[in-house]
Amino acid sequence: MQSQRVRPTVVETTDALLGPKQTYRTVTETISDIVLTPLRRTPWGWRIGFVVAGLGLLVYLYSLAVLFTVGVGIWGINIPVAWGFDIINFVWWIGIGHAGTLISAILLLFRQDWRTSINRAAEAMTIFAVVCAGIYPLIHTGRPWLDYWLLPYPGTLGMWPQFRSPLEWDVFAVSTYATVSILFWFVGLIPDIAVLRDRARHPLVKMFYGALSLGWRGSAKHWQRYEVASLILAGLSTPLVLSVHSIISFDFAISQLPGWHVTVFPPYFVAGAVYCGFAMVICLLIPIRRWYGLHNLITLKHFDLMGKVMLASGLIVAYGYFCEIFYAWYSASLFEYQLILTRTIGPYAWSYWALILLNVAIPQLLWFKRLRTNLPLLFFVSVCINIGMWFERWVIVVLSLHRDFLPSSWGFYTPTVWDWATYIGSFGLFFFLFFLFIRLLPMIAIFEVRDLVHKTHEETAHGHVGETGRAELA
Amino acid sequence: MLRRTRRQLPAGAAAQPTLYGLVAQFDDPDKLIQAAAQARSAGYTKLDAFSPIPLHGLEEALGLRRTRLPWLIFAGGLAGAAGIFALATWVNLVAYPINIGGRPLFSWPAFIPITFEGMVLLASFAAVFGMILLNGLPMPYHPVFNTPNFERATTDLFFLAVESSDPQFDLTKTRQFLESLGAQQVSSVNN
Repeated sequence: MQSQRVRPTVVETTDALLGPKQTYRTVTETISDIVLTPLRRTPWGWRIGFVVAGLGLLVYLYSLAVLFTVGVGIWGINIPVAWGFDIINFVWWIGIGHAGTLISAILLLFRQDWRTSINRAAEAMTIFAVVCAGIYPLIHTGRPWLDYWLLPYPGTLGMWPQFRSPLEWDVFAVSTYATVSILFWFVGLIPDIAVLRDRARHPLVKMFYGALSLGWRGSAKHWQRYEVASLILAGLSTPLVLSVHSIISFDFAISQLPGWHVTVFPPYFVAGAVYCGFAMVICLLIPIRRWYGLHNLITLKHFDLMGKVMLASGLIVAYGYFCEIFYAWYSASLFEYQLILTRTIGPYAWSYWALILLNVAIPQLLWFKRLRTNLPLLFFVSVCINIGMWFERWVIVVLSLHRDFLPSSWGFYTPTVWDWATYIGSFGLFFFLFFLFIRLLPMIAIFEVRDLVHKTHEETAHGHVGETGRAELA
Repeated sequence: MLRRTRRQLPAGAAAQPTLYGLVAQFDDPDKLIQAAAQARSAGYTKLDAFSPIPLHGLEEALGLRRTRLPWLIFAGGLAGAAGIFALATWVNLVAYPINIGGRPLFSWPAFIPITFEGMVLLASFAAVFGMILLNGLPMPYHPVFNTPNFERATTDLFFLAVESSDPQFDLTKTRQFLESLGAQQVSSVNN
């Protein structure tokens, strides 16, 4: 059954979601063969990437080991800046995750067919980003072996978590988000794992995917419940993803620090999360598409549309930056006013201006379709946005903390080598998991792309513009 | 694993495999939907269809009833929301009351974020595990896997099964009927 690995001919198209002459069979084979080819025929990009990510993971494990034996004193945090890299990176990573849920859930509800080729990889990115994010607050507690105290459970201590605290809301939001993301991802995978089971030749491989597929056989009754479950999960995930980053913004907004105590934070945080997450999806998909020759499934139109989403969410974020300056003036609060001066001409002014350059100025290139479909340039802009969004969290966390109301309690924050090692190491963890994913599971939702083929065929057959056409106009 | 030919038969039963039914193979989704509708109007009731993509129109053609899954999910969501809200209330009023600046112990607006998260969590559990269990999964073995070419039911082939337990089932007549619907191949499949 398994044919020779076909290198599809490269036809770059900006106006279709599928390359020419795609059938149920070609899409199934193109995607599942990536997983089912023997290890020796894995692309070099994957092998090198996997080794580098593995080394990064070792750096992570080593820095965690040092942290657990010595304590959080190895980091640069102290009073007044008690939240440093750990919280910056927590917010940054979880923001990256949000694009995956947006693509898989919100675009499903809006019936945007362009999500089908990219949703699986984006959901995987969500889960791994949430893993990286979730570890940060846990290790930040100082005594991570007591982290289970965060959960409400009846114990001999007679102690309960404080449900009125946004930090406790965070525990619920992030753990629910991680659980629901994994469930949603697995549900999407079931029919595709059945494809791998049916196409695998080696009995052990067949057994592995056979067990994971739960015995899926594509029965009409099963599809019926499956579709209902997917749709309702999408409906549940949509408010969930908005709630998660809103709750994370409450960690800041519920406090009374200048620069934190603002009502614009929830929408501004959510838009920033989507912005940064889409940038990360693009950074991941451009090389993967090249290594695996997926030009027929992930077309330039996908990148064009993702570029538009980035531009829109980037403008919301830019509006947020403008708002901060506006209400510092409008509030007539001396402390808010002083904060803006600290940001723009203070000791950390370079980071604020880097943020404006990377997050507001450079992404304006995305206004032009020619530039959105120029992949090297799009990759560059996406990397800039990722760094820019990291600076945004740096500006929020460090700049507000280091100078609060009383000049005598002002301080300074400099990250140490361990801050950097943990941060770089978390990339190792993220990419290690991601490379494993693209080797072991189909990185594009096979049955959804088949469905897209079906719809495309129907349109051509009936000679009218159906759902796909409408989605393309949007 | 999926090619196990027969299940453990009860004592006394001959080693003779029993018939699961007839399975017709189609190469086109529209043909499958049409065939399912015709089989149903011909009076067959024990029908099932297998396709690599969810097909709209197939449910109606087979006369499937709407699933009760949404009600299950609703119940899950309600239980999650009520459970977490009740827990937060009980903890703050009874188990661990803490006076913070004289604010009321029952400060319910502060419980809303976790109430929402609890609702989403249990509703999602109900959606996923409800879907899996109502579908009778995990089920590693099913007789339909014995159908020739069935490994392509997850790629590009479409199948319609008439089970032998159907009151109208007749090996010759049903086979002729299925062939008349434009099936590429009709196979009799054993349990």
